[in-house]
Amino acid sequence: MTEEKRIVLRNADLINPKKIEDYMQAGGYQGLEKARLMSRSDLIAEIKKSNLRGRGGAAFNCGLKWSFVPTDAPVSYVVCNFDEGEPGTYKDRIIVQKDPQSLLEGMAICGHAVNSKQGYIYCRGEYPYVVELLNLAIDQARGKGLLGDFDIEVRMGGGAYVCGEETALIESIEGHRGEPRFKPPFPGVAGLWAQPTVVNNVETFANLPSIVLNGPEWFAAIGAPNYPGTKVLTLTGDVANRVSIEVPTTATLREIIYDFGGGIKEGKKFKAVQVGGTSGGFIPESLLDTPIDFDSMRGIGATLGTGAVFVMDETRDIVDITTRIAKFFEHESCGKCNPCREGTFRAYEIMKKINNGKAVAQDIENLTILSQVMEKACLCGLGQAAPAPILTTLKHFYPEYQARLQIH
Amino acid sequence: MITLTINGKEVHTPKGSTILEACQQNGIPIPTLCYDPDLRLAGSCRMCLVEIKGRPLYAASCVTPAENGIVVETESPGIVAARKVILELLSARHKFNCQVCEKNGDCKFQDYCYQYGIKESRFIYGEATNYGINDPNPFIERDYNKCIMCTRCVRACEEITAARAINVENRGHHAKISTAFDGNLADSSCLFCGQCVMVCPTGALTSKVSAGLGRAYEVDKVLTTCSYCGTGCTLELNVKNNRVVGVTSNRTATGSPVNKGALCVKGRFGWDFINSPDRLTTPLIKENGQFREAGWDEALDLVAKRLGEVKNEFGPDSMAVFTSARVTNEENYVAQKFTRAVLGTNNVDHCARL
Repeated sequence: MTEEKRIVLRNADLINPKKIEDYMQAGGYQGLEKARLMSRSDLIAEIKKSNLRGRGGAAFNCGLKWSFVPTDAPVSYVVCNFDEGEPGTYKDRIIVQKDPQSLLEGMAICGHAVNSKQGYIYCRGEYPYVVELLNLAIDQARGKGLLGDFDIEVRMGGGAYVCGEETALIESIEGHRGEPRFKPPFPGVAGLWAQPTVVNNVETFANLPSIVLNGPEWFAAIGAPNYPGTKVLTLTGDVANRVSIEVPTTATLREIIYDFGGGIKEGKKFKAVQVGGTSGGFIPESLLDTPIDFDSMRGIGATLGTGAVFVMDETRDIVDITTRIAKFFEHESCGKCNPCREGTFRAYEIMKKINNGKAVAQDIENLTILSQVMEKACLCGLGQAAPAPILTTLKHFYPEYQARLQIH
Repeated sequence: MITLTINGKEVHTPKGSTILEACQQNGIPIPTLCYDPDLRLAGSCRMCLVEIKGRPLYAASCVTPAENGIVVETESPGIVAARKVILELLSARHKFNCQVCEKNGDCKFQDYCYQYGIKESRFIYGEATNYGINDPNPFIERDYNKCIMCTRCVRACEEITAARAINVENRGHHAKISTAFDGNLADSSCLFCGQCVMVCPTGALTSKVSAGLGRAYEVDKVLTTCSYCGTGCTLELNVKNNRVVGVTSNRTATGSPVNKGALCVKGRFGWDFINSPDRLTTPLIKENGQFREAGWDEALDLVAKRLGEVKNEFGPDSMAVFTSARVTNEENYVAQKFTRAVLGTNNVDHCARL
């Protein structure tokens, strides 16, 4: 049986998150100290070698992302994506609430690697109480002179899901409408205020102190070789234990649901699990032995995404759940690009028709072609991922759709 | 130069070009709705999507750099299917009343629906958009039931005129172009220059002054210079049956070197005086409190005679000349020369100084 392995949450519940002294005593800021003795290129090479991949959902190689920042850039920024808008995801909040200094240290390590003097934490608008803790932690780190000439500011989001997309997040920090930019240019070249910018997720940053301190080989040996390390997962839905856990990326969905989640509550049978948040695919029983690493998940048409694990038991109505998800995307589409603005709206309309038992086979065909186009044609990840729940439920749970159709 | 393959043909394009530019340079048509070469790029209408070999997502060619060795398909089955879905999605929110639409025949959206055979939309579910058309201003008709949200008007307002009168309000399907607090244009920072009308690819924004007078294909476009002021903007008089029925912009660098198509409220909407019966077409001489028509020779002789009499009786400094910004620099020069050399006074001034 797979056991929990704690890297990101190594200090969770062992230290007082409001006391930087506790963090220091637990080995805090030694990673940053070691990083500062390295040259910028050596540090980036180390992170590349560790094969740490982004924990926000896209799984881009972290060191590679940093290397896009031009070495001669006079100004660059480090931005932490703490928007955490995926329903069912709360891993970043857990990380920050239990060990805020770990995030700050990770950001400072990145700051050294890309020669940045200023970091921003873009915090989800629904987490005002976490902002207080973060500001306290920043004050403490600043007061001890640990951040050196690197400073960190917390910015609050306004509640828009799309602002978790890195370029929309940047637009929001700049004070504009939260709408994604087209890429290229990527933020590494022209991001915040058109300067080179590294945007990483909370969990990615929180991994860095341990990687620098223990070396890239140590990290690369943990979990799946192509997506090494651990992943913090949040279990929600019909599991006996709705908990957050940190496991090596070799853990399978079955282990997570049955060993850590304690199986389906009230002795019911499993029906489906959605991994990665609202934009994740639905996974049936037959694929539960898939490991959670990014590539294995992608292999079955799912995403690891944010690591939200939403379990549904046999009594749950897949069509109804998918309709609710479609409503979520209809509400959260920013409206910039045609296929997402109009597509999420029409997908919700069609799902409602199916859910109300008024649809015919042609409606499902329309929904399918719409979803297939959105996946490839939308401007940003929101529109590209919005059809995933529809397409995966159509694939794995088609009889439930069929049962709703009008017979002609 | 960059070498890439488009639709199986090797083409060359200067470094820094987008795929769209490479296509345009090589005569490969790409449909665009939000793209405007004079405006900041948006990459949002997704009509210009192309397929690049080896990349999982379709790329908006207007914002994707042309790179060495890439293999591009502009009309693959997948791309055509995507464009059709996008047009059908837009059709589902667009009010089609082409039979009375000012833009009929000059509408990119209509053209693309024709090109891709969009007879009806598969995506008409639920309610259609229903925005009112009620902006009481004399110049710009705003019918957002025809809007396809390309945001060219927003960008033109900000980047050409710098009025920033309009922007996008709300999110998702409910997003719409709006003034601050969704009020009337007259209560906003709008200058009624009509640059938004100039760039709108559909009938969402049209001229109220030209309404019903003639479609683009019915008029001859006569390139001329605006007579309102000395700036010398180029504009196109739209002439139908020997009457001016509208003004449109010529946006080419050679046709419109001064203003690149940008106009002000007077140039774009203030042309209806041309056919006005109140317009003076001959000089008038006032006799016994009544005006009578006169010829130019008679009128100018009278003015010369009276100016000479005033000068002899009261001296040159009893007269002053005011000139106008509506005439050119050269004409203003002649006016001051006349004042100083003929009338013999330095009493000359110009409205631009006030």
